[in-house]
Amino acid sequence: MSFRTAQIRLVSSHREVYEPCDDSFALVDALLSDRNNLIEHHPTLCMEVGSGSGYIITSLALMLGQEASGVHYIATDINPHAVRVTRETLEAHGVHSELITTDIASGLEKRLAGLVDVMVVNPPYVPTPEDEVGREGIASAWAGGENGRIVIDKILPIADNLLSDKGWLYVVTLTANNPSEICLQMRQKGYAARIVVQRSTEEESLHVIKFWRDFDTQVDLKEMAATNKTVPARVMESLVSQFPLSAFWRSGPQ
Amino acid sequence: MRLLTHNMLSSNIKGVANGFPFRIDVEKVVEKKVDFNAGFLRNIFPKVEWKAFVDAARTMGYPELPEEADSSLLDSDEFLTKFHHGLLELHLEEGALICPETGRRFPVNKGIPNMLLHEDEV
Repeated sequence: MSFRTAQIRLVSSHREVYEPCDDSFALVDALLSDRNNLIEHHPTLCMEVGSGSGYIITSLALMLGQEASGVHYIATDINPHAVRVTRETLEAHGVHSELITTDIASGLEKRLAGLVDVMVVNPPYVPTPEDEVGREGIASAWAGGENGRIVIDKILPIADNLLSDKGWLYVVTLTANNPSEICLQMRQKGYAARIVVQRSTEEESLHVIKFWRDFDTQVDLKEMAATNKTVPARVMESLVSQFPLSAFWRSGPQ
Repeated sequence: MRLLTHNMLSSNIKGVANGFPFRIDVEKVVEKKVDFNAGFLRNIFPKVEWKAFVDAARTMGYPELPEEADSSLLDSDEFLTKFHHGLLELHLEEGALICPETGRRFPVNKGIPNMLLHEDEV
């Protein structure tokens, strides 16, 4: 088989598992547009958190190749139905990823720390009442609590722990998630950010943001510590300029 | 579940200090051919806890790995072949991972370990 991405007709399904949708396609398009960089990046371990139907991890494995290319894949989901569907989708495309039913990366934090070269996440980002977060079944695929940020904010520090020094993180966000604030939070952990794909549908405006550890950012952080400023002006300018649609700054940076 | 994954998992139960390595309760092992890539093996070797890996492979019915290994072995094709087989080609298809500290069983069904915790374990 020589598909570049997973084929919808081969993607397995289950009534309790989120099917590939605009957000999934946006993330796969982002990975495709960054494919040459990803190949030159020579990742050893790639990971998806919340693999759902398996469309994204399967597409990544088709894009970057399998063990012959020296790449190993791990995917997790909190929904046991989703992990089984992911396995079926991988098998239908003749590719392999290791699979674990777990909450984000629980059980992997110690031994996988600093080893993940590429992490992809299409998180549950829909703003919902907080008590809908963490329910069983398909709700876990979308329920994101206040501003849709509850699960995203849990994932980011875990990603920071698991990513290698050269690690890249791709995350899907919604405008309501306040993506520039997410970028600012990640900047404070030493990451630079770039929007790889921006897409507006009738219902929502999606961004796929790529994060990587950045030496200049770390210098900025030292400056901030030394001068007791919050955020250097040029950092704010670059962040704001990336999100032209935003009214994100109404509460201002802390 | 490959033994590489076993080597990356530790018990996530609240209060467990030493949750690595999981003991393996084997019901069914399957072998799946995987393309060989020496570069991958050399990259991953320093990350593998060797004793846990050797013990797990023995439990899975593969006693061919040396008790101790250092990076000088990575020049040996014979060693790399065995390392490759043990790390990537042996799958725990059915069975359980057992927390070394509490004895809690995490089931493995159709090759997928289930690490979800009960409320009182989080």
